Amino acid sequence: MEEGKESSGSNWEPKLITFLCNWCSYAGADLAGVSRIQYPANTRTIRVPCSGRVNILYILRALQHGVDGVLVSGCHPGDCHYLSGNFSARRKFAVLSRLLEYVGVEKGRVQFSWVSAAEAGRFAEVITEVTEDVKKLGPAKRLVKNSD
Amino acid sequence: MEQLSKEIKEKVRKLFEEEKVDLVIGYEKGTLPFRSTPCFVKNAEDAEKLVWNSCCENNLAAYIPGMKGKIGIIAKGCDSRSLVGHIKEKQIERENLIIIGVPCHGMLDRKSVDKIIAGREITDIEEKPDGIVFKGENFEETVTKNELLPDNCISCSHRNPVLYDILIGENVEENKDTDEFGKIKEYEAKTSDERWDYFSQQIGKCIRCYACRNACPLCYCKECCVDSSQPQWFGKSIALSDAQVFHIMRAFHVAGRCVDCGACVRACPMEIDLRFLNKKVEKDVRELFNFEAGINLDEPPPLSVFRPDDPDGFIKG
Repeated sequence: MEEGKESSGSNWEPKLITFLCNWCSYAGADLAGVSRIQYPANTRTIRVPCSGRVNILYILRALQHGVDGVLVSGCHPGDCHYLSGNFSARRKFAVLSRLLEYVGVEKGRVQFSWVSAAEAGRFAEVITEVTEDVKKLGPAKRLVKNSD
Repeated sequence: MEQLSKEIKEKVRKLFEEEKVDLVIGYEKGTLPFRSTPCFVKNAEDAEKLVWNSCCENNLAAYIPGMKGKIGIIAKGCDSRSLVGHIKEKQIERENLIIIGVPCHGMLDRKSVDKIIAGREITDIEEKPDGIVFKGENFEETVTKNELLPDNCISCSHRNPVLYDILIGENVEENKDTDEFGKIKEYEAKTSDERWDYFSQQIGKCIRCYACRNACPLCYCKECCVDSSQPQWFGKSIALSDAQVFHIMRAFHVAGRCVDCGACVRACPMEIDLRFLNKKVEKDVRELFNFEAGINLDEPPPLSVFRPDDPDGFIKG
């Protein structure tokens, strides 16, 4: 993370963490890869069994450790491999995203999406959009540990 | 107040005589003039110790998780809502609980009292219809009760117990014209930078004593995620970032459960504005899922269920 912080000038590139569910979004990312669809290389993927598996502490910890943006992506509602994991996740994220914005973490720093295993193009679009959003916000400063 | 105390004593004595309870949790006179402390009554004679006054601030529901046997408990409006939460979350069976409900006019806020008394020593306190009389050496001061109420009592909309087996006294009139989220709306109208500054300034005071968590009737996990060392979820320092993440997490964990009893605010030695977070989450849960905590035994906790048409405006695409 240190290198990214140092080059926060004009060449600064954001670092994103994406939590992708194994059954839909991760497969979507995989399809984007084998289909050779281009998307920004700013993201680091963490595969999780289900979007419902994403403890909100994962998101907070990522921000603390200095990532510039977090994206959580799962199956479309109704398509969850575990039937209702993403529905439960949606309620948690609804509360969290409002709370984060309220305490002053910029809107767009933490984002959520649904991407299915067939939506390779959609996956590339989402990553591009999130990367652009975070670029506009600039390097993360809030909630980051050991920053002023 | 005297009348209510008497009634409580009688009812509790009767419960023991009829062998309906093994233990009653109530309040007794504290060692300081305007403090009542929690009291555990185990037999009919000890019921004599019980009191009721405007200093019975503690939320006794905090003692319920892990209790065995038949428990009697004195409950104000907010306490009874916490008990509804405990029953729903299977911390106690409804039939093992005898709730002695007491309608509440609000409890005195120690910090407001301290400000008015300004270091003088109080030796006695008396509750009169026109206010609270503080007596000490060479002074006697009457203060209207409204000046001494904490924020959560001022905006309280459930002064009467929502669930009880025995009711002491008569129901009081509920606050109808309070805007309990007024302050939150003010904060929401500010800019992101202003909110961040306020959040940082408040949490910057935190010494990580966890008094807020320990006092909270809802924080009953055997192991709290903040104490866990493997994995270590939270840095143990008082670095601003660590404290902020702790407080975000604490507010999130009481989402759809917090009844605004004020236990955390009273416990905080640094006077952090914890309602800044708690009330916001309460407001969001009300708006998003149309849920108010601690009212209905049949409604499941909002974050443990879902609806296919839940709000999803924040999700891309």
